[in-house]
Amino acid sequence: MSTLLGRRFSSLTRLIFVIVLSVVLMVLDHQAQHLLRIRAVLSVLIYPIQVVAAVPVRASAWVAELFGSERTLRQNNERLQAERLAHLARLQKLEALEAENKRLRDLLGSAARVADRAVVAELVEVSLEPFTRKIVVAKGSRDAVYLGQPVIDAYGIIGQVTEVSTYASKATLITDPGHAIPVLVNRNGLRTIIFGTGAPDRVNVPYLTATTDIREGDLLVSSGMGGRFPPGYPVAQVTKVVKDPNEAFLKISAKPMARLNYGKEVLLIWPGERQTASASPR
Amino acid sequence: MRVSTAPYGGLIITLTFVVGFLLSMLPGPDWAERFRPDWVGLVLIYWCIAAPNRVGVVSGWVAGLILDVLYGSLLGQHALAMAIIAYIAHRWHLQIRMFPPWQQAACVLMLLVLDQLLVLWVKGVIGQASTFWPNWTASIVGMIIWPLVFVILRDVRRRADIN
Repeated sequence: MSTLLGRRFSSLTRLIFVIVLSVVLMVLDHQAQHLLRIRAVLSVLIYPIQVVAAVPVRASAWVAELFGSERTLRQNNERLQAERLAHLARLQKLEALEAENKRLRDLLGSAARVADRAVVAELVEVSLEPFTRKIVVAKGSRDAVYLGQPVIDAYGIIGQVTEVSTYASKATLITDPGHAIPVLVNRNGLRTIIFGTGAPDRVNVPYLTATTDIREGDLLVSSGMGGRFPPGYPVAQVTKVVKDPNEAFLKISAKPMARLNYGKEVLLIWPGERQTASASPR
Repeated sequence: MRVSTAPYGGLIITLTFVVGFLLSMLPGPDWAERFRPDWVGLVLIYWCIAAPNRVGVVSGWVAGLILDVLYGSLLGQHALAMAIIAYIAHRWHLQIRMFPPWQQAACVLMLLVLDQLLVLWVKGVIGQASTFWPNWTASIVGMIIWPLVFVILRDVRRRADIN
């Protein structure tokens, strides 16, 4: 590979050349998203590496399934049946509530909130760089995934898509240190913002003054401000509120509602698009 | 100067890098993340010392760029760090080859820490740093397994007759 620049240049010349090149790349990549195309092309090239790296996990899951005893399968089946019944019952209630909600909204004269279209996406890769929280899912621009798309699971918001290539896309989790999401305190409607910390199960709620009405156990739901995340999805639950008289702001930590470290499927949602029969996962 | 006795030398070197990428991508439990050594960095340092005619600054840069894409980090961040450690290993490869094993391992530790510091520094500049301290444990694990990496890659190099 070192013949790329020929033998005519000394190592130092080449070093200076690649340093300048790196700095240019970093500035372009950071300032504006000029390099998305390049990144997308490179991502397609390295997709095989990601797939091979995911093989052991898939293989172990497959083996576990293969050798799962009949008893565990039976137990699972019973449990799932019971859960399904419970969910069906709740779903009926939900439908009734939705209808009621729609009637009330109509009364208020506001636009009804439509159900969002969602597609199940399989996780290809987790745990990349230390101190950042990102995942790769096996849906890309071919499946109409777009930049900034919200990613959720059954319990709450996971994060948003930050990189899209043809067959896969990368999502930044709400626990990533570079991620922030606008939320409401569900109890009283207080608006605030949640920042990631890099820890797997903790997020911060900074910039709230000591007189703010927020308590341990408060549920924080997405507020829809900024237009990126749809409103009303659970995001985190306050676990600790520390009042330090020396500090201007409260120290508040919260635990994400979504089970960020569990499961191998996530949901990609298209806010505002109604779920149709054709939108089911392929 | 160039002795190209091995017809597939370049291919074999590339394959060892691919194995390095795979090892840095393999999913593991969360607590083990702190102990994961910089496999690509170790492979790069080895080839810079053992085959300086084939692997140098530009190979290091390309490997770093691929890491950037794999990690989803800023393009050029790992590329810059890898190019710089490749330059140092390449520049002093004759000395490093002569070092006794423990001194060589210490040298590898310094290169790995430098690599992390450079990446952290860039992250600090763009305001993404979550911690000021580099991940020492990973570098120390890298130093501990260096003799193993060295022996394995030396065998690969001798079989393939790369020099």
